[in-house]
Amino acid sequence: MAGAGGGGCPAGGNDFQWCFSQVKGAIDEDVAEADIISTVEFNYSGDLLATGDKGGRVVIFQREQENKGRTHSRGEYNVYSTFQSHEPEFDYLKSLEIEEKINKIRWLPQQNAAHFLLSTNDKTIKLWKISERDKRAEGYNLKDEDGRLRDPFRITALRVPILKPMDLMVEASPRRIFANAHTYHINSISVNSDHETYLSADDLRINLWHLEITDRSFNIVDIKPANMEELTEVITAAEFHPHQCNVLVYSSSKGTIRLCDMRSSALCDRHAKFFEEPEDPSSRSFFSEIISSISDVKFSHSGRYMMTRDYLSVKVWDLNMEGRPVETHQVHEYLRSKLCSLYENDCIFDKFECCWNGSDSAIMTGSYNNFFRMFDRNTRRDVTLEASRENSKPRACLKPRKVCTGGKRKKDEISVDSLDFNKKILHTAWHPMESIIAVAATNNLYIFQDKIN
Amino acid sequence: MSAEVPEAASAEEQKEMEDKVTSLEKAEEAKLKARYPHLGQKPGGSDFLRKRLQKGQKYFDSGNYNMAKAKMKNKQLPAAAPDKTEVTGDHIPTPQDLPQRKPSLVVSKLAG
Repeated sequence: MAGAGGGGCPAGGNDFQWCFSQVKGAIDEDVAEADIISTVEFNYSGDLLATGDKGGRVVIFQREQENKGRTHSRGEYNVYSTFQSHEPEFDYLKSLEIEEKINKIRWLPQQNAAHFLLSTNDKTIKLWKISERDKRAEGYNLKDEDGRLRDPFRITALRVPILKPMDLMVEASPRRIFANAHTYHINSISVNSDHETYLSADDLRINLWHLEITDRSFNIVDIKPANMEELTEVITAAEFHPHQCNVLVYSSSKGTIRLCDMRSSALCDRHAKFFEEPEDPSSRSFFSEIISSISDVKFSHSGRYMMTRDYLSVKVWDLNMEGRPVETHQVHEYLRSKLCSLYENDCIFDKFECCWNGSDSAIMTGSYNNFFRMFDRNTRRDVTLEASRENSKPRACLKPRKVCTGGKRKKDEISVDSLDFNKKILHTAWHPMESIIAVAATNNLYIFQDKIN
Repeated sequence: MSAEVPEAASAEEQKEMEDKVTSLEKAEEAKLKARYPHLGQKPGGSDFLRKRLQKGQKYFDSGNYNMAKAKMKNKQLPAAAPDKTEVTGDHIPTPQDLPQRKPSLVVSKLAG
């Protein structure tokens, strides 16, 4: 697989080889629901990797500084901080259970020594500050070393407390809680390039927040019909443009994307651009709309393109062309002949995410059986890889996998009927600059790196 | 490594592929309709969408609960059988019937 990572295609056309680096999480077969990873996100430098799970917990990994002596091994990711972000709630008024599952984590660009991230469940967004403490003050006048208060009348001399080094402690504290702005379930959050505002989107509305203000948010998109019987589509994902602070996109359950410009009006119900691929009406089936529902939309780093993921494919769109995507990549076309059973077991509603590599030359998305797919946009080549414990020897190269659809199954191929649909890779992330990827396989987090370097 | 789509498929090949795709889907649709004949015939909006918007709905009515409690006075309210996950019918749900959602007290295994 060529062309991944910083800088464009290498002149020699070296194929990148993805190798196992690390795996996090329990090995046992019995997976507790709370341990299922629900979101994975690198920060802007790629030094921090955050995961959120169904139990409302966030675990942040930090990349170790590279060992100068071992130039061929890259820094490993180790636990940096972990905290309970959200807790389960019950809304007695509406008889609604509010899950603590973390739907999305988005990092803020770093502005000082501390790190900030936004994490959200279905209803509430929280801004967390993660800071390091490696010094402690000693020699207080009014209290002992163990914290007990001293009797002020027994103090005969004053001293100036001094700062002494201590073991590094990483603390996470909730700095803002943005609540009560969403009637429906939040599916996306996205930080604006102005670094001051962010959006949150639910099934029918998108709100704009200021990071400093928690008691107010502006509604910028509202697609709720006056009569709910007329509801035909919902918002599935939304994102701000990486450079243009006035531009956002949102995708729908009908496979369309709308680009909105906040300069044109306060309420962006009317889109500036409407992206939809034309469909032959005679080819419509019961499944057409369901499988066209977009589960994720991501701008390229360049801001020129955006990528959408629907049930069977990934499409790259040029923002200057609304009529059709510029690229369509089949993720697992062999599932088209299984749509009936996938509907019955609800898998057809699985929401896969997708991501770009740092140079926008490659894209990645997950599939079933713990498979994930990568597409090189320059060479037009694609590969299917597997995240499994069997391929977990240090620096072991991943072998490409193949699914066979016909009768004759070759030696290393796996037939469609043998695929494990409970092993879904919904969340993947690509390091912003290097060839390092994080893949969430249910309750395990795999980290793969390329062999070169 | 395999290329999923041939680089330059002729127009004919394209049409053939599209037809195949369509017929696969329609075959699957026929299978589904055979198993669930009433699917897709309900009027008024999409069932999927409504179901999706109502995710998380449980049925605890504090009014019913308190009225039932007042009527029963000293008697115990009939509790749902322990293995029942859904509470339906004449039975009035009690707070105990709602599956208790406690926050995870255990640290994530990813951090272990």
